[in-house]
Amino acid sequence: MSDLLWFFAISTCLKLLLIPSYHSTDFEVHRNWLALTHSLPLSQWYLDETSPWTLDYPPLFAYFEHFLSIFAFLIDPQIVDLQKGLNYTSNSVIFFQRITVILSDSCLLYGVYRLTKDLDSGKRILIWVLVVWSPMLVIVDHLHFQYNGFLLGILLISLSFLEQGKDLAGGFFFAVLLCFKHLFAVAAPVYFVYLFKHYCWCGLVKGFRRLSVLGAVVVAVFAVAYGPFVYHGQIQQVLRRMFPFGRGLCHAYWAPNFWVFYIVLDKGLAFFLRKLGFAIQTPEASFTGGLVGDSSPFAILPQITPLATFAMVLLALSPCLIKAWRNPQPGMITRWVTYAYTCGFLFGWHVHEKASLHFVIPLAFVAVQSLENARHYFWLSIVSCYSLFPLLFEAQEYPIKVLLLLLHSIITWLAFSAQFTKGEEAKAAARIKKKDEQLKLKGNSSRADKKEGFVIGGVEKSYLVGLLVVEIWSQFLHPLIFGDKLPFVPLMLISIYCGLGIMYSWIWQLRWIIRSPNL
Amino acid sequence: MERTKGRKVVKDKEVGDGDLCWWLVHKGIAASFLCIAVFALLVRVAISLHPYSGAGNPPKYGDFEAQRHWMEITLNLPVKEWYRNSTTNNISYWGLDYPPLTAYQSYFHGLFLRFFHPESVSLFSSRGHESYLGKLLMRWTVLSSDALVFFPAVFYFVLAYHSGRSNGHKTHIAWHIAMILLSPCLMLIDHGHFQYNCISLGLTVGAVAAVLSNKELVACFLFSLALNHKQQVFHCGLLQMTAYFAPAFFSHLLGKSLRRRNPALEVLKLGLVVLGTFALVWWPYLHSMEAFSRVLSRLAPFERGIYEDYVANFWCTTSVLVKWKSIFTIQSLKLLSLGATVSTCLPSMVQQIWAPSNHGFLYGLLNSAFSFYMFSFQVHEKSILLPLLPASLLALEEPFLLKWITLYALFSMFPLLCRDKLILPYIAVSALFVLIYYVPSGRQDRKEMRSFNSFFTICLVSCSVVLHIVYLTMHPPHRYPFLFDAMIMLLCFSQFMLLAFYTNAKQWMLMKRSVLLDKEKKLH
Repeated sequence: MSDLLWFFAISTCLKLLLIPSYHSTDFEVHRNWLALTHSLPLSQWYLDETSPWTLDYPPLFAYFEHFLSIFAFLIDPQIVDLQKGLNYTSNSVIFFQRITVILSDSCLLYGVYRLTKDLDSGKRILIWVLVVWSPMLVIVDHLHFQYNGFLLGILLISLSFLEQGKDLAGGFFFAVLLCFKHLFAVAAPVYFVYLFKHYCWCGLVKGFRRLSVLGAVVVAVFAVAYGPFVYHGQIQQVLRRMFPFGRGLCHAYWAPNFWVFYIVLDKGLAFFLRKLGFAIQTPEASFTGGLVGDSSPFAILPQITPLATFAMVLLALSPCLIKAWRNPQPGMITRWVTYAYTCGFLFGWHVHEKASLHFVIPLAFVAVQSLENARHYFWLSIVSCYSLFPLLFEAQEYPIKVLLLLLHSIITWLAFSAQFTKGEEAKAAARIKKKDEQLKLKGNSSRADKKEGFVIGGVEKSYLVGLLVVEIWSQFLHPLIFGDKLPFVPLMLISIYCGLGIMYSWIWQLRWIIRSPNL
Repeated sequence: MERTKGRKVVKDKEVGDGDLCWWLVHKGIAASFLCIAVFALLVRVAISLHPYSGAGNPPKYGDFEAQRHWMEITLNLPVKEWYRNSTTNNISYWGLDYPPLTAYQSYFHGLFLRFFHPESVSLFSSRGHESYLGKLLMRWTVLSSDALVFFPAVFYFVLAYHSGRSNGHKTHIAWHIAMILLSPCLMLIDHGHFQYNCISLGLTVGAVAAVLSNKELVACFLFSLALNHKQQVFHCGLLQMTAYFAPAFFSHLLGKSLRRRNPALEVLKLGLVVLGTFALVWWPYLHSMEAFSRVLSRLAPFERGIYEDYVANFWCTTSVLVKWKSIFTIQSLKLLSLGATVSTCLPSMVQQIWAPSNHGFLYGLLNSAFSFYMFSFQVHEKSILLPLLPASLLALEEPFLLKWITLYALFSMFPLLCRDKLILPYIAVSALFVLIYYVPSGRQDRKEMRSFNSFFTICLVSCSVVLHIVYLTMHPPHRYPFLFDAMIMLLCFSQFMLLAFYTNAKQWMLMKRSVLLDKEKKLH
């Protein structure tokens, strides 16, 4: 534990140094939530429209903000003032909010501790390096501003209970997590199937009893969270706020997922058909313009509805669900949950690029299991970290994000190759000893054995080189050649390129899950 | 071959639970250096997000504006005008008072700034320029100088230092690198306060590495460059900021040359390299005596006193009891301080001339830097960076010394950093230093040091923590507005004094040990 604290303290120092850096509008969003949960009665929380940044997280998060607002009021009452606090950017609010994020990361710390306490020391340190020093968390939480470390911490706690076979506690924490942020619900089918089969599938009477206990726990959590709003008759309003389907299929910056290709295909088709002489109307709403209305943004391909994306996610999940149904092993749950979040990211409705955290962080726990997984993780973490680059578009943060990614890739490479050559080395040493005895010759060093260590494949390597090319193009060459014209092209390029990478990772994960033996 | 050896060392020590950084070191020195260097750069960038000295504080601003103004001057005026007061160059507003190499460096950085943001270095109109991009570019110039000068120099030093030591554990080397690169004071002054110490210190480290690898001529060249970058001048000649190290270099190289077959020739060669480098750097000003002496006079801060603010050196601290400034004239004070400086660094010089050794050389650097910091004329609180550098180079021999001097050096700069509003980075970077210092990697030799005088240590540490808090939260009494500054100064001075005694003694003990070794050899 003390060693884990050391890792955590190092990253905390860096986070403290990053306090004055750029923060996005999410900072003001959370400040507004502090203000409205502090100065309004509970019945008004989901009705208030003083600021455009209305409360759209589930109730537990609102309670959490209410809890924080107590301290905020003590430090500077203007932070929690609904009117006077609008767009308040004094040092007090910046320090307060940044430090709440840093402190709430202790939840992540506990989650990591719980998940790694039974592993051997090598793997444990590896996971700490990957998760506690994750550059993506630093970029999203401590630069861009959000509370993902805290939420992922709850997810990790839940996973750790499941891995230990304590299904009830695992289910409880997952329910809590859903009441903090509903976007984590993508993994709910996996949880449901797994808990049903692993926890409740044991004879009719006992199984039924367990099912009702589990159901009661989940319902209790939801009742605590949503109860007050049901009481005020606002449950519909709460749900409308939480699921704003009007926002459109893609975010202003396209998350690198499947729909990017769909849009690009549509644009390409429209372009070609127009060349061929067909009269294709240009859609009124456009993806590059930012906000998307209700009209179809597609010229040719059919409109995508939220329901369609939902069906797609379920379809993509089905192999994993079947596996979980056939053979619910605690050892596989992390992988399945990760896979579920990957599917949600790829096919979901209005996905943010930040959502890639949901699968990259838990995947670290899978990555240390074998060399192949490690290779995949090394590559995926670089790609998804790179896909976050457009979040920080100001010049001041440019070296920070580049150095973070660079440091992460060096550390991961060093750590994985240390971990996966250790075993090889021991073998090689034994072999050399034998050789020495036989031939009495020293210096026949074990170069051949080194090949088996941590080396990434040719495709992956060329993809990473391509990443460099994309970055150089979008940051330096594009502005140099086109000036201010076509400003969306670099972003589009990054989404498409990273989208390819994440699709590849999805297929890789899917293949792994299908191939894993049915014990 | 090197690599297989390294891997075996790791394996022999097959890391137990305690070692957190086993993964960092298994690929050899270069890989771990790369990793630590990227981290160190990241920390530097993060520090540079914070304010610099004199941010938004007209009309004079601070060191940031001084450096920017030098870029403006060197970029827009011909070389010969740089040090001359004229209608285009108002010397009283941050006139150039560093040696020519700094001016050239300003010129090149000015070119960089002009390429991306011409307004930030335009003549006259850019005074007090503080735009977003301008500030950023200025920060990046420091960052790039650090990455291009200091980091490679440290890498060279680490290679040179560890090539002679076969028994080093790999994690120790990584720790050593981290201690040098993540030196909190240097990072705060360069990337927070805003200065270019990384260049002169980097050149010095390069020179030290060259000495360690027996390339005396390279060392002379690099050190002369360092001398020409940052300095501090006496009325009686050039004694520069990096001149803090000059006695050590001089005595060590002299001592070494005397042992060669042809001492006179060796000394002559070294002297020629030094003269040549100086001539190269001063070339534009060598055409007339007048131009040369004008630059020299710019470098001599006549108008300044023997000390500035509350620096933890001898003159400032004893001025509580003895009012030096009123008893003596400036002229006699200068002589007095020169005498004190020379006489205090004499023992270490004598030791190096008598028995030059790589080890003794590093101690000698530390000792001469200490005596300059303590006794020379016109010392800044920032000058503590100079004793800190050899202390960090000696980190493996003297871990306790390094910790102590770093913490108190930080503390002695605390009032300065408070004025610059750098308290948050101060806390974060000191915490980072302590964390890395105590990395749970099982540096066994430190354990004995920890028990050493633990009561005394705890007392001092708690004392300084209390002083920090008092300084931040309480107002000093009206009669003594600088009471707390003076207390900090006293505490730091006492510690520095103790450490200086210790290192001087240590340097002489080294010789005893080597003499003993020699005797043993002869006996055998």
